Amino acid sequence: MINEKLWEVFIRSRNGLHHAHVGSVHAVDAEMAVENARDVYTRRGEGVSIWVVPSNAIVASDPADKDELFEPALTKVYRHPTFYEIPDGVANI
Amino acid sequence: MYSQALDERDGSTDRNGAVEAVNARFEERVAAEEKVEPNDWMPEAYRKTLIRQISQHAHSEIIGMQPEGNWITRAPSLRRKAILLAKVQDEAGHGLYLYAAAETLGISREELVDQLLEGRAKYSSIFNYPTLTWADIGAIGWLVDGAAIMNQIPLCRCSYGPYARAMVRICKEESFHQRQGFEIMVTLSRGTDEQKAMAQDALSRWWWPALMMFGPHDSESTHSDTSMRWKIKRFTNDELRQKFVDVTVPQAEFLGLRVPDDELRFDSSTGHYVFGEPDWDEFKAVLRGEGPCNAQRLAHRRRSHDDGAWVREAAEAHAAKKSPVDHEQSGATRRRVAQDRS
Repeated sequence: MINEKLWEVFIRSRNGLHHAHVGSVHAVDAEMAVENARDVYTRRGEGVSIWVVPSNAIVASDPADKDELFEPALTKVYRHPTFYEIPDGVANI
Repeated sequence: MYSQALDERDGSTDRNGAVEAVNARFEERVAAEEKVEPNDWMPEAYRKTLIRQISQHAHSEIIGMQPEGNWITRAPSLRRKAILLAKVQDEAGHGLYLYAAAETLGISREELVDQLLEGRAKYSSIFNYPTLTWADIGAIGWLVDGAAIMNQIPLCRCSYGPYARAMVRICKEESFHQRQGFEIMVTLSRGTDEQKAMAQDALSRWWWPALMMFGPHDSESTHSDTSMRWKIKRFTNDELRQKFVDVTVPQAEFLGLRVPDDELRFDSSTGHYVFGEPDWDEFKAVLRGEGPCNAQRLAHRRRSHDDGAWVREAAEAHAAKKSPVDHEQSGATRRRVAQDRS
């Protein structure tokens, strides 16, 4: 039985941008994972840099906790600049 | 493409009230065009439908390499050969994007591959037809990939996020496939009489199988409604088939080739073409495994899988040798290292 691990693939499409998740590949080791990611996800110049991460190394939040994790932020509208009224005639703020 | 044969589904029977409540919330979210992501709760039937559809789609891409791969060594020029190689490589890539998407639903790659190799999984009927001449490579790109695009563009908006994202990627690449095929057809249809006859012959053989790619009539497609409600499917089989005929017939006319359908005519009152019935008995026979190339395609896939075994084993051994600590397979080594450190 061959032990191919699952790797998540992240690609930086050009310098100045974040690496973004594009999918996954199977590979026996990190080197092969980078090679496979290159063949599968960058056949048309989609990237200038590849990250591969063993899928089981990723710790994810539970979708069931979505409300308690993210709802508090929604009620704090004063964190956004548009919350504040600036009188007419005031410039550069 | 190639999500044609998945219209049967076993309904899951959710019993208790709590499940009904989450189920109702799921239906609401999907109806509101919210996307479903891998770890979100989803009805078992939704998961199963997607696994079946995405894996059939993946298998189709993988098997689909064979009819075209058949012509790589005999492409008529270096340019055509390079293009065909790139196209077949794309098909492999599409298969891999899709296997990756299916795996997010909790099925392993190994199980998916086994289903294909053991003949338990379906793939698109179209790939069970032979590629007899070079013109078939043109007809496949133009018609088969054209039909695939028709089916796949709506899948870019599928409710399941990983599938939709894989489809966006695939659709971008399919457009190259279709255009390279049409270019072959243009070249042949402007060539010698023999070349033109070759193009006509290819169209005549691929037309009906291409129409069958959209699956059975809506009236026969019993579970279409659920897939539509779940936004896995956006248009019915018949709607997509009509769309395909409407855009493709004028392209055949441009080529000066005849679509092999005596009933074909343009209905100016509806703005659509009226066309004849595909041979549904043939369609069912091909799905049952009785098409011209079913046995050959599967036998080739198995042989290829078996022939690749030593490569997988070598890669495994290499990885274990290079980095025994990281490599899970070498559990014994890892334990030994751990003991040394403790």
